[in-house]
Amino acid sequence: MKALMGTMRAELVGAGGVVERNAYLTKRYIWWDVAWFVWTVANTLTIVFIAKGIEATGGSLDVNATMTTLLIGAVVWAYLGILFEFLMETVAWERWEGTIEYTFMAPLSRAMHLAGQGIFAILYGLLRATFLFIICAFVFFDLVIPDANYVAALVVLMVASVSFIGIGMMMSVLPLISPEKGTQLGFVAQGTLLVVSGVYYPVEVLPGWMQAIATISPATYALDGIREAILEGQGLTAMWDELWPLIIIGVVSIPLGLWVFSRGEQYAKKHGKLKRSG
Amino acid sequence: MIDTQEAVMEAVPVRKDVAVEVRELRKEFVLRDRKKGRFGKRTRVALDGVTFSMERGETVAILGQNGSGKSTLVRLLSTLLLPDGGSARILGHDVVAEHRAVRRVVNRVSVEASFFKKMSASENLSYAARYYGMTSKQTREKIPAILGRVGFPHDRRDEPMENLSRGMQQKVALARALLTSPVVLLLDEPTTGLDPRSKLEVQDFIREIRTSHDSTILLCTHDLGEAEILAERVGILDRGRLLLLEPADEIKQRYGASTLEEAFFAATGREFEAELDEDDDREVMA
Ligand SMILES: Nc1ncnc2c1ncn2[C@@H]1O[C@H](COP(=O)(O)OP(=O)(O)OP(=O)(O)O)[C@@H](O)[C@H]1O
Ligand SMILES: [Mg+2]
Repeated sequence: MKALMGTMRAELVGAGGVVERNAYLTKRYIWWDVAWFVWTVANTLTIVFIAKGIEATGGSLDVNATMTTLLIGAVVWAYLGILFEFLMETVAWERWEGTIEYTFMAPLSRAMHLAGQGIFAILYGLLRATFLFIICAFVFFDLVIPDANYVAALVVLMVASVSFIGIGMMMSVLPLISPEKGTQLGFVAQGTLLVVSGVYYPVEVLPGWMQAIATISPATYALDGIREAILEGQGLTAMWDELWPLIIIGVVSIPLGLWVFSRGEQYAKKHGKLKRSG
Repeated sequence: MIDTQEAVMEAVPVRKDVAVEVRELRKEFVLRDRKKGRFGKRTRVALDGVTFSMERGETVAILGQNGSGKSTLVRLLSTLLLPDGGSARILGHDVVAEHRAVRRVVNRVSVEASFFKKMSASENLSYAARYYGMTSKQTREKIPAILGRVGFPHDRRDEPMENLSRGMQQKVALARALLTSPVVLLLDEPTTGLDPRSKLEVQDFIREIRTSHDSTILLCTHDLGEAEILAERVGILDRGRLLLLEPADEIKQRYGASTLEEAFFAATGREFEAELDEDDDREVMA
């Protein structure tokens, strides 16, 4: 019993170490992150401006609501980008620096290692997403969203993040198998996930087969829930039909993610893919 | 391959004073072979039935040419590779089945001091120690103390690692390994590429660990002198086979050589510098 408590404590300390490592790295590369953030803002603006463009060229639409809908899509896109980037980097960056062998030979379990990575990604992604939303919604555009229920939107995003982390774990194994090109596949996952989930449009406009995939994509429910919370001011009780699928997908995707990662780790250890030199 | 498997079956009784027990250890790598067509494959044997054991507190040096399998051995012992045959135990724990237990008691220093280059020495040591369950309360004093012991200058602790010389980085690598108080310390060419002074400093420090800690040290090196001064027994690994493992004096006697270098050449039958590998596909390892 005492040994078990000791192990659990060590595991938590270890996960804290992963967060600590990411905090140091973020601190050292902060100006790169600022530059990257500028890119994200620019990218988001180009999307939100589409609504204004349509209005200006004679289309009739509720500009404020459309802009808000597009903005939410772009913010979720950016958030997912950060989550996946951090998880992919679990392997890719460490492999580049050569620290991966030291990380993988430490007694910290892979589950807690990836959990630490996921927690930092969520915290950092959330911070960036919040800034992005505020800057675009209120600094650039003066969107009118008086009913917005931000707490409910946040809860939906957090619940969805569990599934996102699970998917990210599955992706992050790719750089173990293909050190050179594996990372790029993170973008593939991000794009495919969002295109079927109605990132800038209702899922109903998609072809049938894409709609089918949308039902198992956590991003579908996340986008729906957040839009209901922000545009219509819905509370959590009204959002149960988004929350329960998210919980189920989350409960499935985390163990699946860990399993996929550990298979990849076994493969890498069998074929000597962890090393960089020496 | 078959007799390797059989060797595993005969379970080895674990003695308390044995730190490392390696039996018929085998590792091969599958490589692409373009000569055999688009999906052609061939295997390269990196370790071929290596057997030895090390007592607790003992220092063993392993000599071997480039590609003889030294690093592969170290990686198998540090749970970074899965063996294709045979077994290895550290303090009685199997490196595959009980890898968690093994990881707690092993640490390693490799040729290349691998760190997050933008982070400082203290930061690199700090997060790494957490992976071993050490809290910030525990490392607050221990990290400066250990950096002091390896002779790392006090005022450079917060500088990014990329500003440090290789010798300095290697000292931090030693500090990182020692921080977790490993029972078994694996040193893979810790002094290769260091200038004479840094080399001596690192060697002095290894000697100090031997006396002040109860560490068992496996030292892979190309430096025959280093092997002779630091280790109780010296092993020669040649194309994945451990030719012998005995005190340096006995090796010299066995080959009627006056220096360990002569004995080494006699044992391996080739020039020290000669690259043994006929391989032209090094890119697989990149
Ligand atoms: N990850 C890998 N993938 C493919 N082949 C490998 C891998 N690691 C080692 N090898 C091969 O296995 C053999 C032994 O390599 P190893 O790195 O263990 O040698 P070494 O004795 O450490 O050499 P050096 O003195 O150059 O460090 C070599 O032929 C090497 O090319
Ligand atoms: Mg080597």
